[in-house]
Amino acid sequence: MKDKIAEKFLMVVAFSAILTLALISFFIFQQGLPLIFKAGLHNIFSTHWAPTRGHFGILSMIVGSIMVTAGALIIGVSFGLACTIFLSEFSSGTIQKTLKPIIELLAGIPSVVYGFMGIVILVPFVRTHFGGPGFSVLTASIILGIMILPTIVSISYDSLRAVPKTYREGSFALGATKWQTVVMLLIPAARSGIIAGIILGMGRAIGETMAVIMIAGNALKIPHSILDSVRTLTSTIALELGYATGDHRAALFACGSFLFIIIVILNIIAIRFKGKE
Amino acid sequence: MTFRVGPRTNQIIAYTALLIMTVITIFVLFFIIGFILKNGLGQVSLKFLTERTTDMGKAGGIFPSILGTLFVTLLAIIIAAPIGVGSAVYLVEYTKAGFVRRIISFGADCLNGVPSIIFGLFGFIFFVITLNFGWSVLSGGLTLAVMILPTIIRTSEEAIKTVPRAYREISYSLGGGKLDTILKVVLPTALPGILTGVILGIGRAIGETAAVIFTAGSSLGLPTSIFSSTRTLAVHFYILAREGISMPKAYATATVLIIIILLINFIAYRLVHRFIARYY
Repeated sequence: MKDKIAEKFLMVVAFSAILTLALISFFIFQQGLPLIFKAGLHNIFSTHWAPTRGHFGILSMIVGSIMVTAGALIIGVSFGLACTIFLSEFSSGTIQKTLKPIIELLAGIPSVVYGFMGIVILVPFVRTHFGGPGFSVLTASIILGIMILPTIVSISYDSLRAVPKTYREGSFALGATKWQTVVMLLIPAARSGIIAGIILGMGRAIGETMAVIMIAGNALKIPHSILDSVRTLTSTIALELGYATGDHRAALFACGSFLFIIIVILNIIAIRFKGKE
Repeated sequence: MTFRVGPRTNQIIAYTALLIMTVITIFVLFFIIGFILKNGLGQVSLKFLTERTTDMGKAGGIFPSILGTLFVTLLAIIIAAPIGVGSAVYLVEYTKAGFVRRIISFGADCLNGVPSIIFGLFGFIFFVITLNFGWSVLSGGLTLAVMILPTIIRTSEEAIKTVPRAYREISYSLGGGKLDTILKVVLPTALPGILTGVILGIGRAIGETAAVIFTAGSSLGLPTSIFSSTRTLAVHFYILAREGISMPKAYATATVLIIIILLINFIAYRLVHRFIARYY
């Protein structure tokens, strides 16, 4: 009897995660979608953003988000995979045990601290060495690349480690070097997990807000070079939510709806890839 | 990939490149921590930690923000820990591989990938506006609870999974029921692993900005009830840095944040290793 009640109770509790997910989708869409229908896609996909006067163009922000995310991926993926391969294949057990938690610590550093480091170190650096205002696509990409690195490392590391030892031994027995084994055998074998890690990293980059606000400059135009200032979907929400009312607020929720849809799609793809292992 | 240079040379080049990139990554981490501590440690004093904030943050200490962070995080953990651990228990002990488990896992994974600004939007419209809790410790804590729930579910799930089958069988053979077995055998054994998840959740909650700034607000007053608006340390640091109110105070606040995060990660790491040492 007691066991039956406990089971029913725990079942209700266990559905809380999926239930909150549903609740989040409901409220974000309920606030955002009506405006998208009211304003029309033509209005939404323009570059004219004056939400208090009926112009809800979020195109430059979408372009901004895409540029910053692409830049973050270039840095996050190259450094992330380098760390993963170095840890998993080229270092001893002790080094792995020491370095892995250190790299994972990067994930624990609050995003405002990353943004702050961007302001005091990277923005002046980019301004003096590359030109432009310093608050730029480039700056945001570098900081975001560092921020998504631990996500990429921890997931792709697990999948590299999951490749059976016999694969490596077989390859070495055939006379292949470690690096040849990594490139020709291990990376293809761990492909699903690595892709899952990269997609989740991409989701983190698109969704990051506070660090981007602090370093991207937030100018409302489509950037022409990586040294131009840029504004993302997330920045717009966070910058304007504090004072927005009426249709303006609805427009911010419309940005949130776009973001939420992209994130859920990315998550589903990542979960699929992870499941393939 | 061409191998004209010979596989041995190629291997050496690759190894060097990987080594350099890994060293750069680790250097970045130590640089961030070192830079913040170097510039901020000198400003942190007992007075800074225990004084009220004055002049918008230009002067005084960070006591209200410490209190605000504590309340919001505590509330989030009180709500998320039981729900998260309960979900994990249900996933591992009551479901077989199949539809129900897949859908619960999907919920946790998906929630884990949702960016904090979306939690902020949700918390704002649901807790602050719809439920009319206003900008408050309550709204902030509830929003953070939702945000850290997947971390706690996932870590507890892993911890409960590693409890050896035999432990459960012994308990059953001694006449223990399922619930008794879970409460007296499984959960105590998995406790270090579960605590790790809770502690990592605390870490995420303390460092969070986007989700709390629109739910807990940014009031500098001392929070007196769960309906008081409050400003957490991360939000306070964000405002100090972004509005350029005071660099020394910003460094000092960042130092406090970094030290808390380092401590939390250290404790979580130790717990994981104690747990692993026991079962592998």
